[in-house]
Amino acid sequence: MAADSYDDVAKNKDSIPELEVAPQDLYHAKSFWTKYIFCQDAKVIGIQYALTAAAIGMVGLVSSWLMRMQIAFPGVIPMDPAAYYQLVTMHGMIMVVYLLTALFLGGFGNYLIPLMVGARDMVFPYVNMISFWVFFLAVVILAASYFVPGGPTGAGWTLYPPQAITSGTPGGDGLGIVLMLVSLAVFVIGFTMGGLNYVITILQARTRGMTLMRLPLTVWGIFTATVLALFAFPALFVAGIMMTLDNMLGTSFFMPAIVEFGERLSYDGGSPILFQHLFWFFGHPEVYIVALPAFGIVSDLISVHARKNIFGYRMMVWAIVIIGALSFVVWAHHMYVAGMNPWFGFFFATTTLIIAIPTAIKVYNWVLTLWRGNIKLTIPMLFSIAFIITFVNGGLTGLFLGNVAVDVPLSDTYFVVAHFHMVMGIAPVLVILGSIYHWFPLITGRFLNEKLGRIHFWVTFIGSYSIYFPMHYLGFMGVTRRYFEVFEGDNFTYSITGINQFITVAALITGAAQFVFFYNIITSSKFGKKAGKNPWKACSLEWQTADVPPTHGNFGKELPVVYRWAYDYSVPGADQDYITQDTPPSDVANARAEQT
Amino acid sequence: MESNQNVEIVVPAKQSFATEWASDQKAFKGVPWGKAMMWIFLVSDTFIFSIFLISYMTVRFSTKAEWPNPSEVFGLHVGDYNVPLLLIAIMTFILITSSGTMALAVKYGYEKNRKMCGYLMLATAIFGASFVGMQAFEWTKLIMEGVRPWENPFGAPQFGAIFFMITGFHGTHVTIGVIFLFIMTRKVFRGDFDTGRRGFFTSQKSHYEAIEIMGLYWHFVDLVWVFIFAFFYLW
Repeated sequence: MAADSYDDVAKNKDSIPELEVAPQDLYHAKSFWTKYIFCQDAKVIGIQYALTAAAIGMVGLVSSWLMRMQIAFPGVIPMDPAAYYQLVTMHGMIMVVYLLTALFLGGFGNYLIPLMVGARDMVFPYVNMISFWVFFLAVVILAASYFVPGGPTGAGWTLYPPQAITSGTPGGDGLGIVLMLVSLAVFVIGFTMGGLNYVITILQARTRGMTLMRLPLTVWGIFTATVLALFAFPALFVAGIMMTLDNMLGTSFFMPAIVEFGERLSYDGGSPILFQHLFWFFGHPEVYIVALPAFGIVSDLISVHARKNIFGYRMMVWAIVIIGALSFVVWAHHMYVAGMNPWFGFFFATTTLIIAIPTAIKVYNWVLTLWRGNIKLTIPMLFSIAFIITFVNGGLTGLFLGNVAVDVPLSDTYFVVAHFHMVMGIAPVLVILGSIYHWFPLITGRFLNEKLGRIHFWVTFIGSYSIYFPMHYLGFMGVTRRYFEVFEGDNFTYSITGINQFITVAALITGAAQFVFFYNIITSSKFGKKAGKNPWKACSLEWQTADVPPTHGNFGKELPVVYRWAYDYSVPGADQDYITQDTPPSDVANARAEQT
Repeated sequence: MESNQNVEIVVPAKQSFATEWASDQKAFKGVPWGKAMMWIFLVSDTFIFSIFLISYMTVRFSTKAEWPNPSEVFGLHVGDYNVPLLLIAIMTFILITSSGTMALAVKYGYEKNRKMCGYLMLATAIFGASFVGMQAFEWTKLIMEGVRPWENPFGAPQFGAIFFMITGFHGTHVTIGVIFLFIMTRKVFRGDFDTGRRGFFTSQKSHYEAIEIMGLYWHFVDLVWVFIFAFFYLW
């Protein structure tokens, strides 16, 4: 019976669904300016996003070097506490918002979404182009804050009032904090324009046969993250406006009655806790805005490089959606020590720990995908495995911090720093690096250098573990985060100094390895080994374009028609170990592919 | 068979939702891209206004000074009488009326009735502009009475701050809407939507569904006003 029905399916299921989406009216660039600068092609916009994010990310990276030098070897690089706080703040804000968010959604989102869903471009190419330039403006405003009197803000990336806008904080009474808030507001505006494009492209512009449950998980991750961003960034936007008004016009939204240097300020009757609620209503979904695309991309990398379908595809999709939904009801677990009602803490601890369920499902499914797979230890695969390990590590410490009773003593220690760097710093960055190795042959037509890549991987992986693993111990010892100097003495033994020095050396080396990576990208894009078409033998549509690298309009004359999901690897009975998404069933009549 | 043509086949809502989302190409069947995008943008914008209003409530509780009585602050003197909420009643009436003209403009647009559509768009734009004008009058009146973002002779300083911020943000929305209404009116009268003339910036063909998308935005701005009205003037 079963065999018969498969044959029937093979004979009859070549029927192509009717075309619902009208052919897109593409804008064809005529000059250098419209082709490369104000370009409306999502692929070019994606690369523009990625390069801008990487450029400002370098500032974040160097900031972390300088911070680590101060902690471990005070005096080697002369700086005052104000400069240190400015480094902490700018490092955090740049890495979370301007690097990770922009790179995942703006960079990977723009490049991959139209290709993976089988569209010629984003649905509104013009709005998409504006989106990038507004983002660019946000980055310029952020960078400008380095050059104003008083320098950038030193309020910590959470920008908590009242300290963020009082004169004791670097940049608090100058332009630093204003430029930061304006830059964030501009970022939100730019992102909204891009985000609407991503969402509508995925929902309304898929090619024939591409159902939502046939989308690669990369698209699911980016889609859900974009929806989160569209609903979470408003909180940041509003909080930014209100704090700007507090600062510029002297309103008291967030400012209680406050005495500064013996003088009573004009503020009265505001609520600093309100800012914390607004900030974390943005801030917690932000964690998943960074994590969900990483979840999606790593699922695809593992599946391709283990030559095996992803285990539990539907569960993976629903886990992404459920994590996204839950991320809106956990924000106050960042505020256990803010003096909330204890019942609030109880509620938020419960919701926080519930997130462990869908996340654990994802981790098990990644491991089960690897299990008995034909694992190829390519560089993307190495990064993916490193991601799973790092993510599990960071996730487990999240269980500690999610519980109120455990969190209170650990709050504001290096344990927290270690936790969030592991789970939303290193883990997504490992995925980004792995996916650059994976998609570089698509973007440029050439492989990245293998030897440099392996060096880069091992130094990055071992290096980042050397940085963050000892930090857990520092946190247990009670070393507080954001301190300018940590003295040996009554509180801390000399081991603190030794560990800090070890961490700093590891950070310098790991950071330097990223410059090897940049060198690799620059040289390989010119002189790398030619990749040819579909070098990883992947199933998803982005590799099935007529030209490699894909040109304007993505696909040739005809858009591809999709007959299956993106994970038909090692299908019994098939001639090759993969069946691409646009292979009609009649071409692989003997294959025992499941109907998806 | 003839008689069957008038029978509407009613698909149970749940089933059609599931089949549409499980299908290929489009999750919202028959919905143009621009319309879907406007809806999602409006949900995002709803979050912005909700957060503004929630912040307003929080600040109203956190401030120590007494909140001013809206029927006194927002009253107008007509002759010897202080009529509470007079101006705001007129403003609200005008804005709701403009929603009606907008809806009619959408109807005539889809009927390709260029003239009627254009006049109704123009009426909507003028209603919107007069709303902004009256808001400017109200702001001026309050400022003359000494209300500032940082202080307020009637009580809590947050009153001025949150009032100027939220009505200002809403007024900005209305102003942007009015500008686009005027632009669209011009396009309608010029016949862009009949000839499919390409947009100056986007180089995409014009279509009457643009009027409906404009309408979605305009109705949203009106709806938000209803909430602002309730929270500021009636509470």
